[in-house]
Amino acid sequence: MPVEPPVTTPRSLPEAYALLSSGAYRPIAGGTDLMVQITGELGEPPERVLDVWRLEELRGIQVEDDALVVGALSTYTEIRRSALVGEWLPALAQAAGTIGAAQIQNRGTLGGNIVNASPAGDTLPVLLAADASIIVGSARGEREVAAADFWTGYRETARAADELVVQVRFPLKPARTIRFRKVGTRRAQAISKVVLALAYREDGGVWRDVRVALGSVAATPVRVPETESVLEGAAPRATVADHAAAVIGREIKPIDDVRSTAEYRRAVTGRILHRLLREEGGW
Amino acid sequence: MQGYRFTLNGEAVELEVPGMRRLLDALREDLGLTGTKEGCGEGECGACSVLVDGAVVDACLVPVCQVEGSDVRTVEGMADPITGALSPLQQAFLDLGGAQCGICTPGMLMAARAFLDDGGEPTDGAIREAIAGNLCRCTGYTKIIEAIAAASEAGADGPKLPLDDVAGA
Ligand SMILES: Cc1cc2nc3c(=O)[nH]c(=O)nc-3n(C[C@H](O)[C@H](O)[C@H](O)COP(=O)(O)OP(=O)(O)OC[C@H]3O[C@@H](n4cnc5c(N)ncnc54)[C@H](O)[C@@H]3O)c2cc1C
Ligand code: FES
Ligand code: FES
Repeated sequence: MPVEPPVTTPRSLPEAYALLSSGAYRPIAGGTDLMVQITGELGEPPERVLDVWRLEELRGIQVEDDALVVGALSTYTEIRRSALVGEWLPALAQAAGTIGAAQIQNRGTLGGNIVNASPAGDTLPVLLAADASIIVGSARGEREVAAADFWTGYRETARAADELVVQVRFPLKPARTIRFRKVGTRRAQAISKVVLALAYREDGGVWRDVRVALGSVAATPVRVPETESVLEGAAPRATVADHAAAVIGREIKPIDDVRSTAEYRRAVTGRILHRLLREEGGW
Repeated sequence: MQGYRFTLNGEAVELEVPGMRRLLDALREDLGLTGTKEGCGEGECGACSVLVDGAVVDACLVPVCQVEGSDVRTVEGMADPITGALSPLQQAFLDLGGAQCGICTPGMLMAARAFLDDGGEPTDGAIREAIAGNLCRCTGYTKIIEAIAAASEAGADGPKLPLDDVAGA
């Protein structure tokens, strides 16, 4: 029989914060990770659960100042259907569209993907490539953590136990392009073997502010600075693509696991990057 | 323990169960509606698919506390409650061989219902995407896809499916 820990459903964000500061609660959003983990087969089941699913303060997608702001409780279905995401960050909608199938997309949330902190979390490389920041809040107030500083180790994050992820801010840079690629065993319902997000700004035929972020190739989602420096100031030509693909294969340190082997991941990562550069370069 | 209220196939229900009870267990064990099946218990197979406020979800991943005040629909609510007549979708599964052992069928029907209600264009690709979270070990999916296309009013605009082969069989 599944474990059924006590659950509390706060009606407002301040109430949720007060509960979180009073003791140990595991939040549940869409439950698509937590309900699988709750059996106790994958570590200790939570003692007490805090149901945040109804907190309106954590919902909504809007453009504020110079950022696309996506509430932590935004589901993948909402992200895919959002006209603002489609306009400003189609790579996020694309990533959302590869996660699970309809049942998972209707419940799974961006905040859950971030806090679950799986190295295979498909939205996480998009956050890294887009220079996103994650707003976390607690009774102590809100703070902004750069995505680059958020995943600190295998399934570890910069979030304190009494904090909730409130929203994600993606700075709007109209001249920037972000591309997304995922390789899994099949199109739907497959956890990634490799996931890649690439960002750049074209400037007189060469690329600037290049970001290459990967999932499933290390203990956390990562950027690959050596590969980025190969592409920085370069044009997406065949020679550059060959070089970048070789460098990325050396730079990442993937592991063998149930979903794939290190060697496959290394080869396929180089190939995805090469193909993306070819598409962007139009050759 | 606390009372949770929601509507189930249009009727108000109230349950005194732990809030973290899986909706799947509440339906099957507490409410006696065993149409919703358990396959994997971890969101992979879709056998437990139900509709919550019109959206298809895996009942094994939704705790009862999260359906408080919601509209929950299961396969038991599909046929006409008075005459017992099957819905067009159920009838199409029956006519076109969309069910064999039947364990995936309630979940398939709910995923298909959500897809058709959303007004999605019933192309082969769109139907495949709509049921990508529902595993079937018997039919090979082709007949399920044909049944969903046939049940949609816009089915004629969909892919040219070899319906004639099976409809008369
Ligand atoms: C069949 C299946 C397929 C899947 N496929 C994919 C896939 O292809 N790619 C992928 O990346 N993931 C996949 N997942 C994993 C999962 O769906 C995602 O990680 C999802 O984003 C989790 O969101 P959730 O709201 O359901 O999280 P929950 O399960 O509710 O929570 C996950 C964790 O985050 C914490 N949490 C949630 N929200 C907050 C918040 N606002 N503040 C603080 N903590 C919070 C919870 O305490 C918990 O530890 C899959 C899962 C299943 C069951
Ligand atoms: S039993 Fe719920 S998805 Fe398999
Ligand atoms: S009919 Fe047997 S699993 Fe689908």
